[in-house]
Amino acid sequence: MSSDEPAGGLSLAWRATLRRDLVLRLRRPGEVLNPLAFFALVITLFPLGLSPSASLLATIAPGLLWVAALLAALLSLDGMFRDDAEDGSLEQLLLSPQPLPALAMAKVAAHWLLTGLPLALMAPLLGVMLSLPAGSYGVLALSLALGSASLSLIGAIGAALTVGVPRGGVLLSLLVLPLYIPVLIFGVGAVQAAAQGDGVAAHLAILGALLAAGLTLAPFAIAAALRIGLNG
Amino acid sequence: MWAFLHKLGSPKGFYAISGRWLPALWGVAVALILVGGVWGLVFAPADYQQGNSFRIIYVHVPAAFLAQSIFVAMAVAGLVFMVWKIKLADMAAAMMAPLGAGMTFVALFSGAVWGVPTWGTWWQWDARLTSMLILLFLYIGVIALRGAFVSRDGGARAASLLAMVGVINIPIIKFSVEWWYTLHQPASFSITEKPAMPAEMWLPLLSMVLGFYAFFLAVTLTRTRSEILRRESSKRWVRALVEERR
Repeated sequence: MSSDEPAGGLSLAWRATLRRDLVLRLRRPGEVLNPLAFFALVITLFPLGLSPSASLLATIAPGLLWVAALLAALLSLDGMFRDDAEDGSLEQLLLSPQPLPALAMAKVAAHWLLTGLPLALMAPLLGVMLSLPAGSYGVLALSLALGSASLSLIGAIGAALTVGVPRGGVLLSLLVLPLYIPVLIFGVGAVQAAAQGDGVAAHLAILGALLAAGLTLAPFAIAAALRIGLNG
Repeated sequence: MWAFLHKLGSPKGFYAISGRWLPALWGVAVALILVGGVWGLVFAPADYQQGNSFRIIYVHVPAAFLAQSIFVAMAVAGLVFMVWKIKLADMAAAMMAPLGAGMTFVALFSGAVWGVPTWGTWWQWDARLTSMLILLFLYIGVIALRGAFVSRDGGARAASLLAMVGVINIPIIKFSVEWWYTLHQPASFSITEKPAMPAEMWLPLLSMVLGFYAFFLAVTLTRTRSEILRRESSKRWVRALVEERR
């Protein structure tokens, strides 16, 4: 650390970035609420499209809830860096003396706090509507909270790569969805195990392991992707 | 040694050296595929259970090998490009991607055709089939990302990064899909247990596998050479070469 830098430079910058992102998003509550509304709407479509029978819905509810939450999180990814790229603040982030991987993590954390976490908290409510067996609601919320953090990390790589691509939304989902599959498998596995009364520790542990791997590797990939995405 | 590598890394040197290798490589590829193809499809004994339908293995297995190897090769080329800024590595990676996607499709398609006589179904959500399908999506993503960038350098670096991210994820995806498959227990048959093959069955298979790899190298070299000419078309040595041929 150079001498003219104020004490706690990185943690100060990290908190400032996180706070700025949270404030900016909360000032446009529509963007925070839209993924939640999308999540509820998609879940509403399934009983209409399949059958309203509670026994059928209960068996497929874990998968439906997870896939719908995953798509809702995917929908919000495109805005993660795009607004900042358009008004130039992303370039300032790249030019700042603080390490870019750390600052990118602040943005990912803000995204998770306002997308993944609300989705996880809302999922049990939709689970009731799909007559998910009692006793699996806690696991549903926990698995979604853990898993959506990994989804935000992986998704940030794709969002950063496509930040310079006009109308990159479809491309973004093409890049990111195959990488989401492991998280989906173990997330659904945890909820299914809970619904059948089996142990869920193994699935949650693997979700945690995926998150740990993502936390260590993804920041560097996101930083590299941001430099590529912005400089073209 | 280093001087040779340095020469190989420059487009002009690569063009000259690969031109010397190429005829032999194509010869080896065609010979191995012809020998393996004719031996496997005509002379190898029919399987006692599957009859003649097992002969699809001579296309299916080499294609599946290549599909996975090409993705790894693409990621390694991407790493070389990102670390040492060797443009040639990116040209090779760009030329490999469509072939890899094609091989993945061939593996999936031949597997589906093989599935009809042996399992009675075109598609089965088996662990291997599923991870192969995901691999195809990864290939499509890499190709699409490269095409989406206006600047060639940006597309090259983005595709390299995505290939590297994909290569880290492929084992995770494979492992999780296999676990998912054992959780679901959908069917009673298994394609993971291979019957012990007699030599007259696996020797042609070996020839086909080696032939496919030689074919991949030959195609990549040939396509990279034309890509060099395209990208370096304003350079003096390319113009001189064109004048010479005219």
